[in-house]
Formats: sequence, C-alpha cells, structure tokens
Amino acid sequence: MYTQGLDQQGPANERREGVESPADIAAFQARIDAEEKIEAKDWMPAAYRRTLIRQISQHAHSEIIGMQPEGNWLTRAPTLKRKAILLAKVQDEAGHGLYLYSAGETLGTSRDEMVNDLLTGKAKYSSIFNYPTLSWADIGAIGWLVDGAAIMNQIPLCRCSYGPYARAMVRVCKEESFHQRQGFDIMLKLSRGTEKQKEMAQDALNRWWWPSIMMFGPSDTDSKHSALSMAWKIKRFSNDELRQKFIDVTVPQAEFLGLRVPDSELEFDTATGHYKFGAIDWQELREVIAGNGPCNRQRMARRRKAHDDGSWVRAAARAYGDKQAAKKAAA
Amino acid sequence: MNKELALLAYVTRLGDNALILAQRMVQAVTLCPELEEELANANFGLDYIGQARLFYSYAGKLEGKGHSEDDFAFLRDAHEYRNVLLLEQPNGHFGDMMAREFLFESFYLLQLDALQSCDDTGLAEIAARAVKEIRYHLRHVSQWIVRLGDGTDESHARMQQAINDHWPYTGELFSADAVDVLLRSDFNGPDLDVIREQWQANVAAVLSEATLGKPDDGWMASGGKQGRHSEHLGYLLAEMQFLQRSHPGANW
Repeated sequence: MYTQGLDQQGPANERREGVESPADIAAFQARIDAEEKIEAKDWMPAAYRRTLIRQISQHAHSEIIGMQPEGNWLTRAPTLKRKAILLAKVQDEAGHGLYLYSAGETLGTSRDEMVNDLLTGKAKYSSIFNYPTLSWADIGAIGWLVDGAAIMNQIPLCRCSYGPYARAMVRVCKEESFHQRQGFDIMLKLSRGTEKQKEMAQDALNRWWWPSIMMFGPSDTDSKHSALSMAWKIKRFSNDELRQKFIDVTVPQAEFLGLRVPDSELEFDTATGHYKFGAIDWQELREVIAGNGPCNRQRMARRRKAHDDGSWVRAAARAYGDKQAAKKAAA
Repeated sequence: MNKELALLAYVTRLGDNALILAQRMVQAVTLCPELEEELANANFGLDYIGQARLFYSYAGKLEGKGHSEDDFAFLRDAHEYRNVLLLEQPNGHFGDMMAREFLFESFYLLQLDALQSCDDTGLAEIAARAVKEIRYHLRHVSQWIVRLGDGTDESHARMQQAINDHWPYTGELFSADAVDVLLRSDFNGPDLDVIREQWQANVAAVLSEATLGKPDDGWMASGGKQGRHSEHLGYLLAEMQFLQRSHPGANW
C-alpha cells in the first residue's frame, strides 16, 4: 500500500514541476545558498530530484551488494568474536540499505522500482564491490580502506541540502566509522602476527589500494555530474579533493602497520603538505563500471537469485495480508 | 559419569546447538527473501553466536584446562560436537529454514526457561539471558510459519513439506540420555517429558493456525547428542574451522 501510494505520486510531481519558471529555480537556489534543508514536500527542480534519486538509490544498492564480498568470509571468520563483529557489520549494511531506500522513497520512487532498476542493470552500485575477497585480510582491508574512503565521501553528505538524505547519513556515518576501526584492528593484528599473516595483510593492501582510490570517481576534469551537484550542495567537495584527503590520511596508517603502499611514485611533498601519487588506471575503472570487473556477473547473479528464490515468500506474505484484511473487513 | 562431567557435557551441547544454528544462519546472509529478513536473520545469528560464546566460555571454566571459547568452536572434530541433528541440516529454502528454527526454538525456549531455575548458578544466568532472545525469535518465526502455511497454495505446500521433512529430527530433542538424566536429578534441570508435552501443544497450536497438518511421530533420527552426525556437519566445520586449523597458534 505504502509503495503503491508512492508510485502514484510520480506523475503528480512531474506535472507540478513541469513548469519550472526562472523565478522558481532562483528561489530554490536561494534556499540552497542560504543552507536551508530541502524537505520531501518542498518544490524542487526535476533535475535535482532525479540526481538525488540516482545518487541515493546507487548508495542503497552499494550497501546491499556490498554485503556480498564481506559475507563471503562470515562462515570462515577466524574467531567467534570476529564472526560476531563481521555479522554485525553486514547487518548494519542491510540497515543502511533500508534507510537509504526509505530516503529515496521520499522523492517519489518506490523501493520496488529502485530494486528493479538494480536487478535489470539500469542502476549502478559502487565499483569497489566487484572485486573479490580472497583472504581474511581482505575483510580488514575493506574495513580500513573501503569504509575509510566511504567515510571521506559520506561525512560531507551529512550536510547535504536534501534533509532526509542528510539525516540518514548522520546515522550511517556513525556506524561506518566503527566499521573502519574494526577493519584497521584486523590489519593491525595481522601485521603484528606470523609471517604468513603479514603476507596476507600486504597482499590485501596490494589488491585493494588502487580500487579504493578509484572509489572517489573520475577526476574532476572528467566527472559529468559534479558541477551541478556542487551548486545544489548535494556534493561539498570534488572527487579529487576527497581522494587527496584520503591518501594523506591513509598512507601514514599503512606505515604504522609496516605495510608498503603499492605505488612506486608515492612521495610526500613538503611544499604542498600532500602526498603525490602515481597515475590511476582509469581504463580499469571504466571496465568495472561497464560490467567487466572480476565479480560483476557473480554479484548480480547472486542478488537476482536471492530475489527470484524469495518471490514465493513475498507472494505468500501478500496473500496472507490480504486474507487477514478481508477477514477484518467482514467482521 | 559424575555430575561435574555431566554439567560440562550439557553446557558444551548448548554451545554446540547455538553455534551450529548460527553458522547455518550466517550461510543464509544475502540470500533472504526481503531486506527486512536480512536484518532479522543477522540479528538472530548474532544472538546465537553470543550464546555460543557464553556457553563455551563457561564450559572452559568448568573444564579447568584453559580452553577458550575458540578452542571449543574451532579445534574440535565433528564427532566431538554434540549438537542435535536438526540444526546441522542444510538450509534448503526459506520455508525449510523457518521450519527448522520453529521446531527447535519451540523446544529451546522451554529448555532455557527450565534452566533459569536450575541449581547451577552459572548455567541459570546464561539461560536467563538467552531466554529473552529466543522468546522474540520464536514469535518472529511462528509468524512466518502462519504466513507461509496460510499464504498461497504454493507456500502452503512448501511449508507442509518443510515441516514433514524436519519432523523426524525432533525426537532427539526429547530423548534423555545419561547427561540429561544427571542434569535433571543433580541440578534440578529440565524434565524432558514435561517439555515434550508443552512442545507438542505449542507446535500444534501454531501449525493449526497456519492451516498445516501436524505429522505423525514415526521413525526419529538420533545420534547428534552422542557425536554421531550426518554427513553435513563435517563440511560445515571444515569451512568454519579452516583458518584456525591452517594457522595453528596464530592470533586474529
């Protein structure tokens, strides 16, 4: 019922927004510039709505698909404590997906529609989750690097101009920083452990470093969505600014762990106070986004299978709900 | 067997039941039919891992040989595990998982409830904590039995089959061996005959609301409590234990 209601809301909004007078747009931009939060029922340009739906649903899908690479080590976690922490983390990701879909629904697109866009391949999710988790150290590396990069991206989103998204991100960020600490703790244990454990940690860093750097997206000169998102204060910092910040924070952490960052050109520039780093293989990122990463097909196949296998359960729950409603109506 | 060994065996069994079911739940992560069920499944799995840790830590204390919770979990072979066979059964589909959890938790809730007032304080304290968790699990899973039983023709058929398939594993829950007998006589532990009657009544009530038939008690599988398991457990443990086994003595 709830989602059907949302489905019907779409055309009404489109009509209302069909006439976007320059005065409306100027008034909207003035609110943004004054750092006012835009709420679900407020007028907004159709392009602003579309941009947010795209971004929020991608974010939600990333949380859901992101459960898979980590879930891959749940059955093999080395201690009961680690198993519990990892399961709690994967559960948090499901929770993030849930409240991000809810934030998306406030914009007039139902969760079913968003999920359908994921399943048909129309909607994307973060490229990082198309890489495999090959050892336990990868679970550490994901927490440390991937969640670390996600936090860099997401903390500014807590001040995003769209209220429901900003509020969802406050909660998400709190949990992400806990995940990041847990990931670093796994790496710390491994890097202070046996030779084999150290090798495991270094190998994980070797494989996850560049994909993590790519998580910030194309460089500013090639980013097609950036300028408008900045003007609308959906985005606060450019891809390259955030990437640099991440590298500056993370390299000393790698040094603390006694691990080598796999970039021979990495060098601290005393003049700028930033690390200089080597060239990013943008072709790799383009391939992964185009569906040709190591795990794209596997991740989507698993998601589709879970969705298909669950269809009889969802049908039963609907049928049962209808029966109960009919009984109540008859009583 | 003396009463101390019986208590140790009993607590270890409780830990084994909790861990094996947790491991099965963990295997279902990212495969649930709804996002809300992902949250519930992970939540319940976390409860069971937590219970396993409490039972194993207490078992280590009772045993007095310096074994940690992880030694119990990761360094025992299949024949040393004493979980009931019901819990090691493969996940199957969502209805199978619900059937397994429903039949077990209908028992486990009564078992924990009785253990809260047993004469061993350590065990009673863990039971008092666990019983709260299992009470809400059972409410959740019972609702699914009803929804799936009284949903569509397809879900009714699948749910009935799932109940039928898991039924022969329920006998073991109530067949008291020397450990159960000593726990009852020396620690004021659960009376399995009384629990069985309550279980029958509670299960029958939910199945009836779900428009499902209650299977007849025919042949019942047994052996899990004595360490004679199905083929499934070896694979479950091989996967779960591999890091500890291939890196002896490492810290994680």
